Amino acid sequence: MPILQLGRLLITTVLFDLSDEQAMQFQSRVVSAISERSADGMVIDISALDVVDSFMARVINDTARAARLVGAEVVVCGVQPYVAMTLVELGRDLFNVTTTFNLEQGLECLELRLRDRA
Amino acid sequence: MAALLEAVEVTLATVDDIVAARKAARGFAQAMGYGMADQTRLATAVSELARNAIQYAGGGWLLVADRSSPQLLILSAQVSDRGPGIGDVEQALRDGYTSGLGLGVGLPGCQRLMDVFDILTTGTTGTTIVMELHAQRGFGRGAVLAGAP
Repeated sequence: MPILQLGRLLITTVLFDLSDEQAMQFQSRVVSAISERSADGMVIDISALDVVDSFMARVINDTARAARLVGAEVVVCGVQPYVAMTLVELGRDLFNVTTTFNLEQGLECLELRLRDRA
Repeated sequence: MAALLEAVEVTLATVDDIVAARKAARGFAQAMGYGMADQTRLATAVSELARNAIQYAGGGWLLVADRSSPQLLILSAQVSDRGPGIGDVEQALRDGYTSGLGLGVGLPGCQRLMDVFDILTTGTTGTTIVMELHAQRGFGRGAVLAGAP
């Protein structure tokens, strides 16, 4: 999965349905990339995911939390409407990260947050 | 009435089989004519139960079948294992309950996603969970719900 850099921000996309093991690898790659490049923030695009079960939701939550611990903000964009409805039915507070419709709004959201932080 | 689709079975041995299980379930629902909302519900519930079977019971299998009637589309998805069984089914269906390793959404979450959710479990033969998705022919589930009083 490519990790692109835009100034002090990183962008990545989950391109296909990940197995549990691939999801864990994704998590460590994202957190390592943030740390290595001292990024201020990262947008994770999950618009290609048509299933997010409780495991994947937890991996995304944990990724965002670990990213915050190393010093960056994470925004997730592109949650599909059916994925959103299913997650709500599946359980409360399963998905606990900042979300935006698309990548552009994700980047704007990060810029705003970083301005507040500065 | 169209012929029923031939049932599909997926072996659940390792965590990598979870991806195959949810793909097979979604493909089957799509072939039967269910909309995206139901396909996603089913794929998610199957994913949760497949993971349970692999983590708690050392593996199992998924059987997806078309049990439609002339009036109603009925998709049946069964996840079975030969594990130790669920000691207290009522407790396992309570929100927030987890046996330790789990995330606490498992069974009650899946139950909310499905129209039928039955648990058959014993300490000797393992656990089978039968789930069904229902839809009026020619309509998505959303259309049926919107028309209900």
